[in-house]
Amino acid sequence: MKSISATAKNLLTMGALLCLLALTIALAYIDLGPFNVMAAISISAAKALLILLFFMQLRGSNRLIWLAAATGFFWLAIMFALSMSDFMTRH
Amino acid sequence: MADLSVIQSATHAPQFDDAAQQREAATFGMWVFLATEVLFFGGMFLAYTVYRLAYPAAFAEASRHTLIAVGGTNTAILLISSATMAFAVRAAKERQRATLAWLLLATGALGALFLGIKGFEYAHEVSEHLLPGRNFHFQGPHPDHAQMFFYIYFLMTGVHAFHLTIGVILIAWFALRAWKTDAFAKNDTAVELLGLYWHFVDIVWVFLFPLIYLVNRH
Repeated sequence: MKSISATAKNLLTMGALLCLLALTIALAYIDLGPFNVMAAISISAAKALLILLFFMQLRGSNRLIWLAAATGFFWLAIMFALSMSDFMTRH
Repeated sequence: MADLSVIQSATHAPQFDDAAQQREAATFGMWVFLATEVLFFGGMFLAYTVYRLAYPAAFAEASRHTLIAVGGTNTAILLISSATMAFAVRAAKERQRATLAWLLLATGALGALFLGIKGFEYAHEVSEHLLPGRNFHFQGPHPDHAQMFFYIYFLMTGVHAFHLTIGVILIAWFALRAWKTDAFAKNDTAVELLGLYWHFVDIVWVFLFPLIYLVNRH
């Protein structure tokens, strides 16, 4: 019974990922102004979250694994924030 | 003298309390490695962001020269390969040796298919003179800025393809071991860690896809 629900979980995750792929391609052909890039990045983040939570099984992992996973993205945010605060304020 | 018989018969190395702790340590180590990979690719994503903000028109124009049908197909292939990998990890956990071997083979085949399609795409771009260098030709107001897009494109997809190649080789080796030996019968942690690596490479592509192919399609 448990293995059936795991199968369904993997198939649902894959289905959701493929739907999001179709959505991001469709949205790219509609002119949304500055929201085009925001939509594309948001959909990518949603896909990444699905992969992290279900395929990489972060959902059932302990706090130590969550911390390790979050650390990479935390330092990435620091790198982007400090670098862009420089590049976007140059004249 | 330590009781060697206890150590040899145990399902875990002597420095761990039990098999669960050993598994946790291995998984933690893989996630730490993946955190360094996030920053490794992050530097290139940062370069992309800086140049896209500096040359928005050229990036939009250059992106329209990429093959969206090919990129979209490859994205679908990688997403499906992540699903077969998730099934492989489950098969390893449930000690289904033959199923594990077949699922790893399917995952590796999808990865190889991605690389083959990517190779076709590269060949097309080289023939269109989009490879940065002396032969680069671009019809547009800012060919130098467009060249920067293609420089970052070849760098990032190249590094990604390199990661994928390592993954395909490891998966082929694991499939062979699952088929020929009972290497994963007692301990399936290695399969789980290979899965984490494969899913991470998939996540990198999930972000690369819109940044390369979907900059300005409308």
